[in-house]
Amino acid sequence: MELLANLATGFGIALSPFTLMLAVFGCFIGTIIGALPGLGPSNGVAILIPLTFSMGLDATSALVLMTAVYYGAMYGGRISSILLNIPGDEPALMTTLDGYPMAKAGRAGDALVISGVASFTGAFLSTVGLMLLAPLLARIAFQFGPAEYFALYLLAFATLGGIASNNQAKAAIASCIGLGISMIGVDNNSGLPRLTFGNMHLFDGVDFLVAIVGLFAIAEVFFFIESHGKNTSIGVKLEKITVPWKDIWDTRWTQLRCSLVGFVAGVLPGAGASLGSFLAYMSEKSLAGDKAGFGTGVAKGVAAPEAGNNAAAGGALVPMLTLGVPGSGTTAVLLALLMTLNITPGPTLFTERPEVVWGLIASLLIANFVLLLMNVPMVKVFVKILSVPPWVLLPGVTMISFVGIYSLSGSYFDLLLMVAFGVLGWVLRKLDVPTVPIILGILLGGHMEDALRRAMVLSDGDWTYLFSSGIAITLWIVAVAGFVAPMFLRGVLKKPQRITD
Amino acid sequence: MTKRLFKALVTSAILGMGGATAAGAAECIAPANPGGGWDFTCRQIGKIMYDIGAVDKPVQVTNMAGAGGGLAFNHVVTERKDDADLIVAASSATSTRLAQNAYAGMTADQVRFVGAIGADPGVIVVAADSPYKNLNDLIEDVRANPGKVAFAGGSAVGGFDHIKPLMILQRAGINDVKAIKYIGVDGGADAITQTVGGFTQAMTGDMSEIVGFLKSGDVRALAVLTEERVPGFEDIPTAKEQGIDVVAVNWRGLYIPKDVSDETFNMWADRLQAVADSPEWKEAMAANGLAPFTKVGGDFQSYVDGVVAEIRTLSKEIGVIQ
Repeated sequence: MELLANLATGFGIALSPFTLMLAVFGCFIGTIIGALPGLGPSNGVAILIPLTFSMGLDATSALVLMTAVYYGAMYGGRISSILLNIPGDEPALMTTLDGYPMAKAGRAGDALVISGVASFTGAFLSTVGLMLLAPLLARIAFQFGPAEYFALYLLAFATLGGIASNNQAKAAIASCIGLGISMIGVDNNSGLPRLTFGNMHLFDGVDFLVAIVGLFAIAEVFFFIESHGKNTSIGVKLEKITVPWKDIWDTRWTQLRCSLVGFVAGVLPGAGASLGSFLAYMSEKSLAGDKAGFGTGVAKGVAAPEAGNNAAAGGALVPMLTLGVPGSGTTAVLLALLMTLNITPGPTLFTERPEVVWGLIASLLIANFVLLLMNVPMVKVFVKILSVPPWVLLPGVTMISFVGIYSLSGSYFDLLLMVAFGVLGWVLRKLDVPTVPIILGILLGGHMEDALRRAMVLSDGDWTYLFSSGIAITLWIVAVAGFVAPMFLRGVLKKPQRITD
Repeated sequence: MTKRLFKALVTSAILGMGGATAAGAAECIAPANPGGGWDFTCRQIGKIMYDIGAVDKPVQVTNMAGAGGGLAFNHVVTERKDDADLIVAASSATSTRLAQNAYAGMTADQVRFVGAIGADPGVIVVAADSPYKNLNDLIEDVRANPGKVAFAGGSAVGGFDHIKPLMILQRAGINDVKAIKYIGVDGGADAITQTVGGFTQAMTGDMSEIVGFLKSGDVRALAVLTEERVPGFEDIPTAKEQGIDVVAVNWRGLYIPKDVSDETFNMWADRLQAVADSPEWKEAMAANGLAPFTKVGGDFQSYVDGVVAEIRTLSKEIGVIQ
């Protein structure tokens, strides 16, 4: 059993005291980040990336810490969804639909426990899926040439753009901004500098970490300043927490089904957790029919999206690790981290760096149990943290961002660039233009262009080469469908209105 | 953890002030972030120089990443041009970029290349199921049908991995190098994946990039581009013994500022020679997949001049530079 041997290696790494401590620490921080409204997994991970550099962590440790934060944030997002009716992060959006009504009805504790258990089921099953499927997917990667990769990147843009916003045009604009930024630097195919204005600092292009921290963390700071840190009071009282065994048992099939749906959604590059929770909730709702009372505060309505989005989180790691193509916004940020650590995710990662991959998988399994403990018996701690005043949070985020980015390159130029990205992020969010496609553009734009140009070199400029294989054609079809479908689903994708009474 | 974090912060603060090195101690600039080849060169050579007593104070390493080494080169040329205590890590990438004018107009003669001690040998590999059994099979197929054979490599178009097959084909009498297909992918592993997958017909890279794939049996090495067969890889024939006289290695070495005295130049050359002769360096080379390649002093300067001239000519032919 090669799998078990690999897993044993993984646990050997993950169970070292330091790595274990990182996993627990990451889970804790992650849950807090998830619970705080506005701070989701992607900006949470982005803010903490500089920390891994200043701590001098090696690749495995850094990855363990960051994915623990990622999983933690996926768990934590539900807390503010249920208590405040403000999704703690984007994927927790669907949890507000039944979670908040349930809390209003005096069952806040039940909602938190049910969703916590559902999160565990989703995350656990998807980690198992990652373990079984990833090596298989890694072998398929030998089938991916320039044409297939180009179609794959296109798919990522088409689907992520569609999910990240209610407005396709704005998502497309954001993607184009990102693609434009990714053109900066020395062109790989001719060796000529582009858009550098003779500034040598720009020859290497714009570092995606600078862009990520600027667009997410710094922009977040601007928003806090603007709103004077309002809207952080707790709306629902939380009494003693008991475990509603009956509800958990009754939702067992829902949890399993939604885990599967979420995992598949996660594996699709670019779709990610939001799509996972959305699909999970919608499929359960249509299965149960009108009588089930989805939307009024039922257990299934809380379990479905949480199992879905946590399963998607694990699923999204599959394409990131095996193909180097992120399955969600957060994995896009994780991909940036990997590349900075000099690890090239892709088909060879599993053979070249087994300690990284299996150490990560083992840590994820451990992190899951830790998170279950933290999020069910200890959930009150995080509820308390929801009331941390922004004047404590705000300077912390600012400090970590500046120190982190400076220690990255030791160049003040990057700091200026980061603040510029912060301003850009603030402006774009005012205009309701999503920032995730921009990051995706910066991250993948260069690769997408390279894939296209390689395809053109190999085929002597014959564009039909792009549709020359079954894989490529399938990816093109899914990409087009992924871009068009949300336009018709817009009605159901609408963000829930804040309940006022 | 907070203690560790604090320590890291202090360290980075000190590193940030690396420019203000105390007088007397030698400084080695690695023109890249910690962890890469240039960083390795500075740290290993610096450490061994101190360990064997070639210098009397530990060598300070400063990381100055940016523009593929261009920022560091610019720094040396404009601000440190007569600093006798400064050495800078360099490799084939440095000479290639200088030859192709990739350092914003700066040229190789603005510094002095003092020596190389170790190199990653260039290789040409094909998939295990490829019809090409030796280098000449490949060359003849290119001669018959240049558009049919595509190379993949880990460097950008015009980079050293691209130049290697072109040098081979030119020596074999194929002069239309522009017709040769090359795609630059993200590193040697990726180039091998493309070749094993059948999207390209051959991979050009460094020995260190292919070791894992040789072991797994996915690829076959057609030629190694060294004078002699590489220790540990004796079953891979050189291009030279197949009748193609091409030596292309990714050397690891140093340059120093232009305006130092000849005594200083010779002093650094001697120190480098001492490192090359030390058992510590042989150990470091073995651990990092480097083959012996020692050229120091004037000998090395003329080698670099020759390489720069050849790459410049080739680059003009493939249109990377005007």
